[in-house]
Amino acid sequence: MFVKSPQAALRRLFDEVGTVDCVGVEERVAKYTTRSIKKASKVWGLKKAVSMVDLTTLEGKDTPGKVASLCQKALQPHDPELGVPQVAAVCVYPAMVRHARRALGSDTGVRIASVATAFPSGQAPLKTRLAEVRAAVADGADEIDMVINRGAFLAGDFGEMQDEIAAVVAACGDAALKVILEVSELETFDNIRAASFLAMRVIREGDFIKTSTGKTSLNATLGNNQVMLEAIRDYYLDTGIAIGMKPAGGIRTAKQSLQFLTAVKETLGDAWLTNERYRFGASSLLNDLIRQLAKEKTGAYQAPYYFSEAAESY
Amino acid sequence: MSTLAVQKKNTRPVARAGRPAPELIFGDLWEFDPAPETADPKLKPRYDLFIGGEFVAPKSGKYFDTINPGNEQKLAEIALAGRDDVDAAYAAAQRAYDTVWARMPGRERAKYLFRIARLLQDRAREFAVAETLNGGKPIKESRDFDVPMAAAHFFYHAGWADKLEYVAPGRRAAPLGVVGQVIPWNFPLLMLAWKIAPALAMGNCVVLKPAETTSITCLKLGEILQDAGLPPGVVNFVTGAGETGAAVMGHPTPAKVAFTGSTEVGKIIMRSLAGTEKKMTMELGGKAANIVFDDAPLDQAVEGIVNGIFFNQGHVCCAGSRLLVHEPVAEQVLAKLKNRIRVLRVGDPMDKNTDVGAINSKPQLEKIAELVASGTKEGAEMFQPPCRLPTKGYYFRPTLFSGVSMSHRIAREEIFGPVLSILTFRTVDEAIEKANNTAYGLSAGVWTDKGSRILKMSVELKAGVVWANTYNKFDPTSPFGGYKESGFGREGGRQGLLDYCKLI
Repeated sequence: MFVKSPQAALRRLFDEVGTVDCVGVEERVAKYTTRSIKKASKVWGLKKAVSMVDLTTLEGKDTPGKVASLCQKALQPHDPELGVPQVAAVCVYPAMVRHARRALGSDTGVRIASVATAFPSGQAPLKTRLAEVRAAVADGADEIDMVINRGAFLAGDFGEMQDEIAAVVAACGDAALKVILEVSELETFDNIRAASFLAMRVIREGDFIKTSTGKTSLNATLGNNQVMLEAIRDYYLDTGIAIGMKPAGGIRTAKQSLQFLTAVKETLGDAWLTNERYRFGASSLLNDLIRQLAKEKTGAYQAPYYFSEAAESY
Repeated sequence: MSTLAVQKKNTRPVARAGRPAPELIFGDLWEFDPAPETADPKLKPRYDLFIGGEFVAPKSGKYFDTINPGNEQKLAEIALAGRDDVDAAYAAAQRAYDTVWARMPGRERAKYLFRIARLLQDRAREFAVAETLNGGKPIKESRDFDVPMAAAHFFYHAGWADKLEYVAPGRRAAPLGVVGQVIPWNFPLLMLAWKIAPALAMGNCVVLKPAETTSITCLKLGEILQDAGLPPGVVNFVTGAGETGAAVMGHPTPAKVAFTGSTEVGKIIMRSLAGTEKKMTMELGGKAANIVFDDAPLDQAVEGIVNGIFFNQGHVCCAGSRLLVHEPVAEQVLAKLKNRIRVLRVGDPMDKNTDVGAINSKPQLEKIAELVASGTKEGAEMFQPPCRLPTKGYYFRPTLFSGVSMSHRIAREEIFGPVLSILTFRTVDEAIEKANNTAYGLSAGVWTDKGSRILKMSVELKAGVVWANTYNKFDPTSPFGGYKESGFGREGGRQGLLDYCKLI
């Protein structure tokens, strides 16, 4: 009698895509934290990180006004003299997409990303989730951040999980898709790697996989970032399809973002050091990046209040 | 239900026709600026011998130059100890043993060891820089591994010094007397700590000779011993080359000699001491097998393989220099390894981002080049990443050899450089047979998800250390030493202490 439990389905999947040793991953990523990035390479890294930020506000108290000021910050993060580039995108709830579109206009380099599919839990009927995606795209979203059906994954119903992602891909039309694995609910690196492969097999070149919603206790870490980068690398070398990566939540300092970028540089190489293939889902990170850029220029740290420290006050 | 769906989705789009094979680009889009460590190593222009608690000139008046292998520039002059100087060192050690050290209660000896450990920690940065300048290893290794680990050995053995009545329950452990020690150039300060910390904790006195290319941190530690107020003569350092080493090992005074270095020299020492009463411990060469099974987590195995062979430019006696890969994953592992070593940064050891530094000396560089040439000649396939090497100094690219068979020289001889020989196997028995088919037996690595296989391998592999799903992990509490021509005796842990005492 063959075993038909969810665990057996997971084991078959692990056999296929390979497993991950968590001690080894932590050892690998610890090396990124000892890289010493100075002078011109630091400025390059900081500006690159700014250009990769998905500037995010995902709160119940979001208003059109808050979203408009977020969009202003995205277009011009700081005094133009400093030469800070625009961020990659703003990331808002579907109801805020049209306000963001109004604030940004149609002729802009900043894209609009919207979380959809009953973010963050995903616990709504598929029909509702797809309708939400279509509505966000119709209101002007360039990118959709969806959550996977973690329940289906953990129950071993990989087909259901993949079919739902495929349905969202179809609902996206031309909009790019970012698939949120919600790593804290998958718990193990083995699961994160396996879920990455399941997702990558049904999305398109130029779509992303993303660590987390930012709404649970554990978000992006160098460890789960590394596991997902390695999955992207293996899938790319196998199929030629380049998938993007977005760590989200928990990246607050410029130093952290440089460590994540070092991981990209040393795992996926130069072709992923672009906001078409790598993003940071963050809000307070942006001001620390600007603060460090100002420090590189003037040689002195400015007081926090020069940079509107809290994401609240963009 | 789910399995069918999985199969359906598994039909991946094959790399599209007309497209080149996907490749990763590790170029210079984001090149890191130089990040040199700038702490002052506080070097003296000339170093004398450390005998009887004082720095004294060699009787011959002769000195030799020590250089920085990273740029071939002279760092300092080191005293050349002759036979007379070695006599003087042993006389000082014997005097200290008879009058002070062996009589001192263990808890008092412990205080000196704690003091040495703390003083070393206080000056950690300075010592790390000196170690890297003189030895060529990357500053991040001397900073994060060599110096902290050396301090940890002093701390650990300080902890033992007042507990010696428990080291061998039911028996009393007594010191041996004066011990003569010779250490190699790959971990100058750490090997020194491995040697003198257990000897001192047990109540022995020491005459030690560091390697001629890497004497500086040893003599700098002499300054710490003075600052710690260690009684004169308890530890003596004599510097020089092979002749000085032979004088230290062959001297009539020591009750025990301890040697870490090549198997070749170890055999000469053992021959010269045959028939004497002297105790010996030998920590010699290795040709460790790092064994990767098809169920191993491959990316982490690759990381362990890289750590196993490129740590300290492969100048590690327990380096995982033979990679045995299970045939089903051999191709995959080789591809992953190639991509991994393309991002290793080879160059200036003082740069904080350097992963692989300078080869310790010109003769060593020539030896590595000679063995690598033999590998190509004997038909193995070589891969080296296309990295730029500095023009001055001794450097060698990280090197992989695939298609290696057991009869190749690169599979049998210790290269002691950043060169990995890759062999394949089909079954567990074949892996064990190949791993044990060597004159050495210092260490081995096993990579698998299956716990029972790890236990089986650790019993079957004839190696002093077997690492499972990791490599090159050290701890003062863990005994380290070899089988067969890798030597005998253990260093570290309770077993290491027992090699520095007699049980009464």
